[in-house]
Amino acid sequence: MSQREVVKSISQLMQKEMIGRNYDRITGGAAKVSSTFVPGNLNELLMCFDIANNLPEINAIQNAMRKKSGEMITEAERAGHSEDVCTYVKADIGMMAKGNIAPNGKPFPDPDVLLLSYTGCFTFMKWFELLREQYKCPTVMLHVPYAADGRPTRNMRDYIVKQLKEDVIPTLEKVSGIRFDIDRLRGYLRKSAVAEDDLVWMLESSKRRPSPIDCYFGGVYYMGPIFTAFRGTDEAIEYYRLLRDEIEDRIARGLCAQTPDGDMPEEKYRLVVEGPPNWTSFRDFWQMFHEAGAVVVASTYTKVGGVYDYDGFRHDPDHPLETLADYCLGVYTNRSLPTRVDMLVRNLQEYDADGLLINSIKSCNSFSAGQLVMMREIERRTGKPGAFIETDLVDPRYFSAANVKNRLESYFQMIDQKRRSGGSAASAM
Amino acid sequence: MGARPVQEIVAFCQEIFEDLHFAKAREWKAARPGRKVIGYMPVYVPREIVHAAGMLPLGILGGGADMEVIHGDAYYQSYICRIPRSTIELAITGKLDFVDGMMFPSICDVIRNLSGIWKLLFKDKYVRYFDAPQNFRDEVGGVFYANELRELREGLERLGGRTITDGEIRRSIAVYNENRRWVNRVYDFRAASPWKAPSAEVYLLMRAGMVLPPEEHTLLMREYLAAAEAVDRPMRDNCRVLLTGAFCEQPPLNLIKSLEISGCYIVDDDFMLVHRWLLEEVPVDGDPIWNLSRAFLRHSAQTAAKYEPDMAEKGSYLIDSIRRRGADGVIFAAPSFCDPALLDQPMMIRRLEALKIPYITLKYAENSGQMQPIREQSGTFADSIKLWSAS
Repeated sequence: MSQREVVKSISQLMQKEMIGRNYDRITGGAAKVSSTFVPGNLNELLMCFDIANNLPEINAIQNAMRKKSGEMITEAERAGHSEDVCTYVKADIGMMAKGNIAPNGKPFPDPDVLLLSYTGCFTFMKWFELLREQYKCPTVMLHVPYAADGRPTRNMRDYIVKQLKEDVIPTLEKVSGIRFDIDRLRGYLRKSAVAEDDLVWMLESSKRRPSPIDCYFGGVYYMGPIFTAFRGTDEAIEYYRLLRDEIEDRIARGLCAQTPDGDMPEEKYRLVVEGPPNWTSFRDFWQMFHEAGAVVVASTYTKVGGVYDYDGFRHDPDHPLETLADYCLGVYTNRSLPTRVDMLVRNLQEYDADGLLINSIKSCNSFSAGQLVMMREIERRTGKPGAFIETDLVDPRYFSAANVKNRLESYFQMIDQKRRSGGSAASAM
Repeated sequence: MGARPVQEIVAFCQEIFEDLHFAKAREWKAARPGRKVIGYMPVYVPREIVHAAGMLPLGILGGGADMEVIHGDAYYQSYICRIPRSTIELAITGKLDFVDGMMFPSICDVIRNLSGIWKLLFKDKYVRYFDAPQNFRDEVGGVFYANELRELREGLERLGGRTITDGEIRRSIAVYNENRRWVNRVYDFRAASPWKAPSAEVYLLMRAGMVLPPEEHTLLMREYLAAAEAVDRPMRDNCRVLLTGAFCEQPPLNLIKSLEISGCYIVDDDFMLVHRWLLEEVPVDGDPIWNLSRAFLRHSAQTAAKYEPDMAEKGSYLIDSIRRRGADGVIFAAPSFCDPALLDQPMMIRRLEALKIPYITLKYAENSGQMQPIREQSGTFADSIKLWSAS
């Protein structure tokens, strides 16, 4: 299947070029390099110190899509890492053991700093404790408390701001040799907010029938610039403006969502998906959906780096450090299960979806623990059917195509039955 | 109580351990109208605040080896550890119906998300996710943590319908200081003469402290120590091991017994760290909230759920404990799918290897049934230590 020619839009090509250019910067040797995590990443702050932003989850994803992650994980397990733990971590450690080669074919430099943004995932802490042993570079922790009661408290926000002022910023100053300029940060945050407006427009465009985009499989491309090294840049503004133009054009022409095999001919099922995708068989996984006429109109994974379309968050240049704190606190996996349920219920209703599909990831407890309860609660509140499949992020051993396809086919039949009995949204066509 | 022999004390503890209806806690609650019980999960919560509110802190450590999990498996995927599913089972089968609130400490994503499940399933209960700082500076993490303690205090005040005074918290700090002193004495006694305080007994004694009020638990430990010291028991030719990684989901009691039968005296462990979390006495004068906060920041146990800011210090608690307890080796015993324990393990192992300290690793679930492979593994480990160690 990997031999099939992939249909790509101009925005996708631009996104690919941007990501590639970031790898060239990371591996180029001229810039100081930080490793940090996608959820709640502080790209605007790193830019204030001219530090390149390397994201280990993205590296693991790139390796998975190139079918390299399996052997990296095996390598890490041979070195003593448990088969039970996060495969992003093992792919990263295995990559190091195999020469630490970036997707552009050049070796990754050792990072100058590990920015441990501890947001929404316990594993992050252990991951960078492990990397710290390897790289022996400065490591700075930004502890983001869990918004367990549905909303951040003043205490949480103050705690984050203090850590930024007293630990994170001084460390980045020391590593980079550049003095922190809060007005420079404000400038980047202003640009972030512009791109974020267009990002939200994109997310909400799938409320239309037919949806002009797929907001899960396609969505991972669309969210690339905002959640990696480009939030706060002119390029991100340009990218999201271009994406918006493309989507507006698709709407004007009445097109269904774009897929790697071209535009979907028809939209038969509208789904909301909870959980990350599987990356090792990404295209095959997507194909199971679009060949059945299923489009994902909303997904929680497109909120993994930050949530913009639930409670109106935008980066606020007038409160630069506080807004970074709010951004980190609002990351999807840093929100309580009742809030996650509420978000999904709203998505199902506002996007007029037929049902909820949960892709439960073996090695991601942050997402996965509690999903069965969430599904039942959402079914109860919406009356819409839920379905549950199990895969993994980057470990090919845990993607069983036949099982996933069987589950999906049964699910689509269930939706059909519901429609016939008048129990769900009417067919789109 | 003072005259009871060891066997009777241990039998009393075992009864508490096996009782998944928590009769002792129910009796405590029923003894006076208006009393409330607050459940908590591993690894640490400030029980002093709960105690000061006049409530009973009740340690919930899952369903153990013998409880059949029927409903709980419908709540969790197969690749998630067992403690949340058996805890849910306890709740939905009514075994926790007398518990007025639950506290979920920040130990891992599974327990964190269990707090949300509790909110979804048990809407009438007090639910508190209890975040602890990963920044250990007074003016940063200390202020945050003190405010979290104040929020907890206010929440319990609302639940209990009365204020909790500073004086009450100070008195509770003193109660738990005393309790920790006796916990440490028991651990010291076992390390000094492990044949006199078998680990299964010490374990049951500590488990009783998860259910009994701390004052009662302290008396029980005093009684046990006096009785255990008085009994002459044969010293086996066992090696001395430190067991680590079992700070959340607990191993079956048979696993602990099997380790000793196979030739390993456990001279230190991290079961129920809540009893020994604070490493020094908490001052009983001054601002009690600030005292608890500083105790957490400066004098609390190292474990996988806590960040170690100084790379050089990573694992030092384990090495210190090995030296202090005179351990010959380490058993890494981690629950299956336990992120904190299993992700931490390679770092700890590297420390041990650098010092040529022998170790083995094993995984368990709270309901693991087959002990023969574990006996063989730990028996071989004990033999190899005895054959190849410097002595």
